[in-house]
Amino acid sequence: MKKIIFTLLLYILSWNNTHALITVDITRGNLDPLPIAVSPLHVDSESEKIPSFETSTLGEEISKIIEKNFKSTGLFNPLKKASFVQKPDIAHLKPRFEDWRLIKAQALVTGKLLIKNNKLKVEFRLWDLTAAKEMVALSFTTTPNNWRRVAHIISDKIYERLTGESGYFDTRIAFVSETGPKNQRIKKLALMDQDGFNTKYLTLGNELVLTPRFNPTNQLVTYLSYFKNMPRVYLLDIETGIQEVVGNFPGMTFAPRFSPDGKKIIMSFAKDGNSDIYSMDLETRVVEQITKHPSIDTSPSYSPDGKYITFNSDRSGLQQIYVMRSDGTQVKRITHGSGLYGTPVWSPRGDLIAFTKVRKGRFYIGVMRSDGTGERLLTENFYQEAPSWSPNGRVLIFYRETKSDSKGKGFSAKLWSIDITGYNERRLKTETDASDPSWSSLLSK
Amino acid sequence: MKFNKAIKNLFIVLFSTLLISACSTAKKANVDTANDVYTGTDTVEFLAKGVPDRIFFATNKSSLTTASRDTLRKQATWMRKNKNVTVTVEGHADERGTREYNLALGERRANAAKDYLMTYGVSGKRISVISYGKERPVNPASSPLAWSQNRRSVTVKAN
Repeated sequence: MKKIIFTLLLYILSWNNTHALITVDITRGNLDPLPIAVSPLHVDSESEKIPSFETSTLGEEISKIIEKNFKSTGLFNPLKKASFVQKPDIAHLKPRFEDWRLIKAQALVTGKLLIKNNKLKVEFRLWDLTAAKEMVALSFTTTPNNWRRVAHIISDKIYERLTGESGYFDTRIAFVSETGPKNQRIKKLALMDQDGFNTKYLTLGNELVLTPRFNPTNQLVTYLSYFKNMPRVYLLDIETGIQEVVGNFPGMTFAPRFSPDGKKIIMSFAKDGNSDIYSMDLETRVVEQITKHPSIDTSPSYSPDGKYITFNSDRSGLQQIYVMRSDGTQVKRITHGSGLYGTPVWSPRGDLIAFTKVRKGRFYIGVMRSDGTGERLLTENFYQEAPSWSPNGRVLIFYRETKSDSKGKGFSAKLWSIDITGYNERRLKTETDASDPSWSSLLSK
Repeated sequence: MKFNKAIKNLFIVLFSTLLISACSTAKKANVDTANDVYTGTDTVEFLAKGVPDRIFFATNKSSLTTASRDTLRKQATWMRKNKNVTVTVEGHADERGTREYNLALGERRANAAKDYLMTYGVSGKRISVISYGKERPVNPASSPLAWSQNRRSVTVKAN
């Protein structure tokens, strides 16, 4: 009998080993984050000097970015490097598992890098310290200037291996940078890495710009510009900087978003004061009117399969959220709770719709199923709106404004993020005030 | 007896305090807004003598009040007299709504004003509209008064 149990136990252990012992559950707020040690990447002594940065500390810098990414998820607890027990190069070959377990680490990241012929070669390994085995090993080569992206890609691979979900670190945020007094705000289109680095300004601030949104391949941004005092939807090629008006509408177009295949832009067009939803095929330039109703129809967002559109309408008298087929048929109201609902955005996983809710003078960011059931309000504040999904559908980014006094002082606009569990709310640092965030998909797939 | 009097006095003091504070809030509300629409004159400018440049709206609404219609009729009369003038009607919303909905709302407000001007004999060709949503508050404060002043359409001389 004893023998049978022992065999069974052994079987379970070995089964567990092949599937790794450590996993991170991201479906709920994690109060017990996984302790992880990120060893500085060992810099090969044959590495060349690069004028733009310090090669010798590059391994340390990359490990710091990985740690910061992990910490921002709330799911991991990166351990202090001072307690590390092995040199990076030796740990990377084969860690002394029992020593790392002593500092209470459950996972260990090691790596090394070499810069030669102006190429950066990076290799990393993820170790399961409890099972005493390697979980992932990968190497890749890129240009040295891409070193921050290398750190993000490594973070994604590790996140993927430990949570079973794709990551969201090698991504960018498009947003509107804001400066100046509240009644004379200067707004510019801006772009930054998900961790707030590498901010680039895409417009000069001469005209008002709002609501930038990425296309699925992250090369284009569609947005609203008041160029020549004619508010219209524009398309911007990030690489070339070329901008063009979308379509030839005799009035304001706004609230643009790409279709999931990137071929169409869906938006509102205000004709004689009434806003309806239209789409335009970017190749054929064919314009299609999708809603036809004397009330306001705006903020359209496609489901990831492109078959449905969720949008905002006040046809019931007040702002509510609706879903229809993408040809405009079968319109169905999905919000019935007390309060106003706006800015519906379909999750990239297809299961949820994120929204802004206004109730009794307070603003909420929430999620619900696409039939309107299962509403969960994640965060409440004086003013916040415009959620945008992380590519894995686990995190929302949005903007929040503060109250101002009688002279307009005290006003600010900042970017925030929150897990759809309702946990892990945090502010994203930006160089200036910021609003209207749009989260890109993964840059490397 | 003395005790009773003291209580009575206390009540008088309390009651009058309540009355005064009730008066002051009621008075303030009466002066500034009626049915959620701003009725004051702060922020109002004039296109010509006796012709106010703006009208105000209730939260999330684009319907015209009696006072708004009166203002727009004055604007129409002024435009009929000054045949060369063209105008832009700017529609605005307060900061208490989502950005995209507010753009649509500003557009609807500006068009409500334009339509009324047209019914009083001004050619639509002389009126262009633009919505600024919540982007251009005239009063930058976060208060019900400021919000009521910001829910507006403003007729601006364009030439």
